Amino acid sequence: MDLLFEKSVAGRACTLLPENDLPDYDFAPAQKRAAAPKLPELSETDISRHYSALERRAHGVNNGFYPLGSCTMKYNPRVNEAVAALPGFTEVHPLQPDATVQGCLEVLRLAEKYLGEITGMDAMTFQPAAGAHGELTGVMLIKKYHEAKGEGAKRTKIIVPDSAHGTNPATAVMCGMSVVNITSGPDGCVDLEALKAAVGEDTAGLMLTNPNTLGIFEKDICEITEIVHEAGGLVYYDGANLNAIMGVIRPGDMGFDCVHLNLHKTFSTPHGGGGPGSGAVGCKAFLAPHLPKPVVVEENGALRRDGSRPGSIGKVKAFDGNFLVTLKALAYVMTLGRAGIPAAAQNAVLNANYMMHRLKERYSVVSSEICMHEFVVTLEKEAKEKGVTAMDIAKALLDEGIHPPTMYFPLIVHEALMVEPTETEGKEGLDAAADVFIKLYDKAMADPDWAHAAPRTTPIGRPDEVAAARNPVLRYQFG
Amino acid sequence: MGHYLPSTEAQQQEMLRAIGLSAPGDLYAAAPAALRLSDGPNIPAGKSELEIRRAFEVMAAKNTVYPTIFRGAGAYRHYIPSIVSTVTGKETFLTAYTPYQAEMSQGILQSIFEYQTMICELTGMDASNASVYDGASAAAEAVAMCRDRKRSKALVSAAANPDVIETIKTYCWAAGTEVALVPERDGATDLDALKALLADDVACIYVQQPNYYGIIEDGAALCEAAHAAGAKTIMGVNPIAAALLKTPGECGADIAVGEGQPLGMPLAFGGPYLGFMACTAAMTRKLPGRIVGQTADAEGRRAFVLTLQAREQHIRREKASSNVCSNQALCAMTAAVYMAAMGPGGMEKAASQCASKAHYLAAELEKIGFKRVHGGEFFHEFVTGCPVDAAALEKKLGENGILGGLTLENGDILWCATEMNTKDEIDRLVALAKEVG
Repeated sequence: MDLLFEKSVAGRACTLLPENDLPDYDFAPAQKRAAAPKLPELSETDISRHYSALERRAHGVNNGFYPLGSCTMKYNPRVNEAVAALPGFTEVHPLQPDATVQGCLEVLRLAEKYLGEITGMDAMTFQPAAGAHGELTGVMLIKKYHEAKGEGAKRTKIIVPDSAHGTNPATAVMCGMSVVNITSGPDGCVDLEALKAAVGEDTAGLMLTNPNTLGIFEKDICEITEIVHEAGGLVYYDGANLNAIMGVIRPGDMGFDCVHLNLHKTFSTPHGGGGPGSGAVGCKAFLAPHLPKPVVVEENGALRRDGSRPGSIGKVKAFDGNFLVTLKALAYVMTLGRAGIPAAAQNAVLNANYMMHRLKERYSVVSSEICMHEFVVTLEKEAKEKGVTAMDIAKALLDEGIHPPTMYFPLIVHEALMVEPTETEGKEGLDAAADVFIKLYDKAMADPDWAHAAPRTTPIGRPDEVAAARNPVLRYQFG
Repeated sequence: MGHYLPSTEAQQQEMLRAIGLSAPGDLYAAAPAALRLSDGPNIPAGKSELEIRRAFEVMAAKNTVYPTIFRGAGAYRHYIPSIVSTVTGKETFLTAYTPYQAEMSQGILQSIFEYQTMICELTGMDASNASVYDGASAAAEAVAMCRDRKRSKALVSAAANPDVIETIKTYCWAAGTEVALVPERDGATDLDALKALLADDVACIYVQQPNYYGIIEDGAALCEAAHAAGAKTIMGVNPIAAALLKTPGECGADIAVGEGQPLGMPLAFGGPYLGFMACTAAMTRKLPGRIVGQTADAEGRRAFVLTLQAREQHIRREKASSNVCSNQALCAMTAAVYMAAMGPGGMEKAASQCASKAHYLAAELEKIGFKRVHGGEFFHEFVTGCPVDAAALEKKLGENGILGGLTLENGDILWCATEMNTKDEIDRLVALAKEVG
């Protein structure tokens, strides 16, 4: 398919702006660019058809099953989009006086209150724009806490299990911390002895997701947080997997000191092909003075942004984060409410267990315990014996209109496929998908070459990723 | 309560039985009983869709929407072509995840590749990433790209946007990078002071173009000074101004970043916006976040993939160049559709009208005693003194549906005009301001 630049016709344009009603202003030639940017010259028809064609070459939750583990690809309710498009929100300048943005501040206030209840946290910021940004903010809170206690120079280590998301260690390093990796048990759970051996006077904190990346609930969670607290460290909750337990178990009650939430996963806001998300960060009261500024405070019945926060880490982004994303998440929480939030979690767990039960007919699951919102299967044996890999099954799924599970993660499992159906799939949808997984397994095992050649029906076959990285072509080259 | 669960109660029971459990609570048997909430979180009961719409309409009505805006300072009201939201509202673009599965995601990947090309064209740089969170975090990430063992200090122009400065400082505090401000003189970065500060431990300088006060900096001179001292230059650029003014590439910058909101995103109380980042070929492998590259499949068909992933956290973990993964993809698409609709002519027209309106506004304000405090050339923002009571001025304008300039800490006012402001609006603003005081 041609690129926009290849469709460009010199002299073609949309008529968008009126002529200037004032004299033009001319800058000195030395201040001007030598030539106009080579942007495409197109009619509106060209643009409309181009993006419609691109849309047909993409796959969203609206197109079909999307069991991408750890990404919680649940349905994105459209009422959230509708309320986020109200001009009363979209046409508001972030630097308007507080008295003229009371509605926006109320959105932030309510989101803080409700998500605080769901996580068991006392205060929250919506400034971080994504999960990794939330992690960064959270570890900054931990760093600031130790500095405020005069232990900043001493506590420089962040403990991360080897089953953790890659963002955890990367984040710790961005905060000037060194990473202590601890090995997990076969179920991905923290090895208490390894943890005890790792903590000490240099421990700043532990980063943990619960349920872990194998979809297993850390049954020793209270002991884990206690061990870290005893050593003087804090415990950070990576909220990527909160969908399994929201409204049922609260990170705050497990002993976590701060959390980030992926509002674009757990709280149903769409992922937009890679963003915008929101990585809201919640914390216990003792960390609240360190939150990014400003924070929303209530005074005499009115809301106000308070920027004079001497203990704050500062700002991690301009303004108040991806505000419209926060608003959509609030709409979701208000829709589900007290009973609906735990019901969603419970159905996510039920769907995952049902799917696992069905896939067990062929696939090896890494842990056969009751899983949480996701589970991991391994094709290690199949790869060794028949050369059928996780990649082969994933690519064969593409031809069936199913987005494959997360591949080759967590790193502690070989030939992993991580399956997260979410609660917004119905039973018959799960059965149909399970039938496809099973059918492809049988076909691949009978004829591995057939599997290696998948996919066949997509606009392209398997791309040469090695060539892409070796000789990077990162922009269109004009002839 | 509202919910989005397709399975009926009966189907849920059936699935429970299939997995050998009798009650939903059994699903959480692994969790200590003492941790489990018996009655859900302490939040209100759920609502129907109609109730949700009403509740948000009530909150939206508590905000003031100004028909006329003369305020920028990091967020700008521009005309957004109708095609933009039509395209970005397409369900598949809205609900897709990051394009991990290239065969199924060519549409998303191609759109990012097109976006990257446009950002390179706009900034005059060689390579762009797929976006980061916003202009401020882009600047902070750019500083991290420049740091090495020998050079660990960043110089930041005091004439940059204060939120950007704050964000750079926060990231640098965490990473242990020292930050020093380069003072401003007459509203622009003080070149002599910069030269004096450029020691051999300086990794980079950050300058904004046009700067926070709207002044057009001498970008080439600033880059030259940095390079002479072995430091890199990061330029934060306004993307509308970039269509008209000398590009970061032409100035010799190593990295160009900026707040992409003016490229088709509504004000939206500050987000979601768009951080764009582009750099020279030499620095490409230090770019954070996702990058799309072109390759081919086995049959030789052109294909797009996420590439250079050896930089990224899921491969490199603690050795990654950054932790960025989710970005502002749909906002990047917004910017691409905006630039496609505007075309080179439309972009230039928008930029030149911004300058034209702002210069007329400055001249008219000058006539009634709001004198510019800086001498240098400006683009679409400028600072004046405030000869009247600032609160009274804001009130008067507000009553007439106008959001005036932003009052700075020292009492001066930072004004902004864009192609959205007509001559009539400007004349009305000036007439109202004249009545105050």
